Amino acid sequence: MKMVMTGNYASAYGAKVCRAEVISAYPITPQTSVVEKIASLVSSGEMKAQFVNVESEHSAMAALISASMTGARTYTATSSHGLLLMHELLIWAAGARTPIVMSNICRANGPPWSVWADHHDAMAQRDTGWMQVFCEGNQEVLDSIIMSYKLAERPDIRLPSMINEDAFILSHTVEPVDVPDMELVDEFLPSYNPRFKLDVDEPYGFGSLVMPDMYMEFRYKINEAMEAARQGWRDVEKDFEKTFGRNHGGLVEFYNCEDADAVLLIMGSVASTAKDVVDKLCSEGKKVGMARLRVYRPFPVEEIRKLAGMTNIIGICDHSYTFGHWGPMAQEVRGALYGIADQPVMKNYIIGLGGKDMTPEILEKIFLKTLALKDGADQEIEWIGVKGLGGW
Amino acid sequence: MTKEELKGVYKTYQDLPLTPITSVNSSSNRTGFWKTNKPVLDESKCIKCNICWKFCPDVAISMNDDEFPKFDLGHCKGCGICAHECPKDAITMVMEGDVA
Amino acid sequence: MIEIRFHGRGGQGAVVASTILAEASFLEGKEVSAFPFFGVERRGAPVTAYTRIADTKIRNKSGIYAPDYVIVMDPSLLDAVNIAEGLKPGGLILVNTKKSPIQLRKDLGLEDDRKLATVPATDIAIKHRLGSSAAPIVNSSVLGAFAKASGVVGIESLIQSVKKNVPIKIEENAAAAREAYDSVVIH
Repeated sequence: MKMVMTGNYASAYGAKVCRAEVISAYPITPQTSVVEKIASLVSSGEMKAQFVNVESEHSAMAALISASMTGARTYTATSSHGLLLMHELLIWAAGARTPIVMSNICRANGPPWSVWADHHDAMAQRDTGWMQVFCEGNQEVLDSIIMSYKLAERPDIRLPSMINEDAFILSHTVEPVDVPDMELVDEFLPSYNPRFKLDVDEPYGFGSLVMPDMYMEFRYKINEAMEAARQGWRDVEKDFEKTFGRNHGGLVEFYNCEDADAVLLIMGSVASTAKDVVDKLCSEGKKVGMARLRVYRPFPVEEIRKLAGMTNIIGICDHSYTFGHWGPMAQEVRGALYGIADQPVMKNYIIGLGGKDMTPEILEKIFLKTLALKDGADQEIEWIGVKGLGGW
Repeated sequence: MTKEELKGVYKTYQDLPLTPITSVNSSSNRTGFWKTNKPVLDESKCIKCNICWKFCPDVAISMNDDEFPKFDLGHCKGCGICAHECPKDAITMVMEGDVA
Repeated sequence: MIEIRFHGRGGQGAVVASTILAEASFLEGKEVSAFPFFGVERRGAPVTAYTRIADTKIRNKSGIYAPDYVIVMDPSLLDAVNIAEGLKPGGLILVNTKKSPIQLRKDLGLEDDRKLATVPATDIAIKHRLGSSAAPIVNSSVLGAFAKASGVVGIESLIQSVKKNVPIKIEENAAAAREAYDSVVIH
């Protein structure tokens, strides 16, 4: 049924239609209404689940790891400092191969204190072994939860998945969202039933110490699963489209990229606004395109190389940064394109930190700057909109 | 993968389960040979108060109703906590080889 | 695309109003989005909320800086914020006040083609026992007036959306919206 709802409610309904059985969460702005909604769905009986109240995000993830190990389908949501507090257990969840699905409402880290959107919280979890999806709209938020369970629970994948939605821009903005029938979701998503689980009738010990002769083997298995998840996402998206009649572009969504003179590569909700800007500039005769990096882990190397074959100039817009060396996406894109023939001209833009609004006008300026880039002529990186810097 | 296979020897990473799984519990891990000293009970002093049973960090002391404590030497690591905590000094730690 | 800015105070229902309006237009088959100014909410502090309505999918996720309409939920906000800021030429400001639009135009010093509409939404809300007389809930009344003043949304879809979104006093809210629809004055 199509309804008007926020990204946070879309997250809650995503957990509901997937029949998540154990939810554990700790409230934090701007995630709170996700768990408020789930709590009310559980208390009204609309959702058959155990809601575990905990005293921190660290405990929430610990509760879900245990619950997932019993074979339950699990869900949580957090944001910013809550996600940072979870960090230790995110690594544990991946190592324990628990297919937990979590919504992260992407919010800047403090200080300075900020409740507004950027991707610094999520980027700091890059190496935890979680799959990471970045959404541009509320429908995608809901659909990505369904797709995540499907892939995360696959016996050869068995990795947790993090769905990232921008603070307020999605979390608190209402849009029309189609909530699929649970019967249809049931058809798409079989129940989760791992071979080895925490079970008093058939006891096993999990996560024990291994000696140095075996540790790398287990880590390699995580990596192997993550590499397989790359094709996995492409397949799941195809299956999803067959059942639900929509897709969100695979690992990288290409918008008008073929034969574009310049393309901006963007993650998250800013990509949506950028599509309007692409249309405007194209109507003025400028050949620009936009590529939206949707799945950040596993990193879509093939799609990025394909993009390099479509255009001569790529502006890489990081909604985050790594102090001392470029934005994280720029590092990865440049790494993925290392050594290929006809490497495009690339420039890194740091955009929208702490909720600095990415208006169509600012995006148009970035497109025009990027179109004007000549091979090797510009600097590597520019922070967009910093007062007193670069003419802003 | 079956319980039997879990006990097997792994030749390649592919033989391993997704995450370390053990099908045996720690009671099969015989740690008793780690000790230098072992506890010996003087039944004439023991009042069956349970304190040694409660304090044993390795759950190596068993007690049934109205019986004296029994030391599971297959798991006792010889730490001496029972002897230290015993209110009646009924437990003495003696060197393993020295017991007649 | 039609863009609307709401001015209210924390707790007054401006954010809910922006959602009710969006859903009313959605019921008429439009594409919609609505969002609060992304702030840390405090009761009584001036807050803004926004609604976008369009015939095609709304992709712009940035803020609204040049609205077609401005809705002011509380007359005391006229002194606290610049309500006409960014309003498009020919745009309309709807204010909850007992004043006439002519008087209000003088008070605001608004001397261009931007239109003014007024509605005594506080009186209407109190009459229908919405909230308390000290803190009346005016959003259904203000939206009823907006439906008439703007023509952006039909009163029947608006009332349907009001009924779906208000937690209590559903019929009273619907009646207030209808009364405000009939009471609004435009200049």
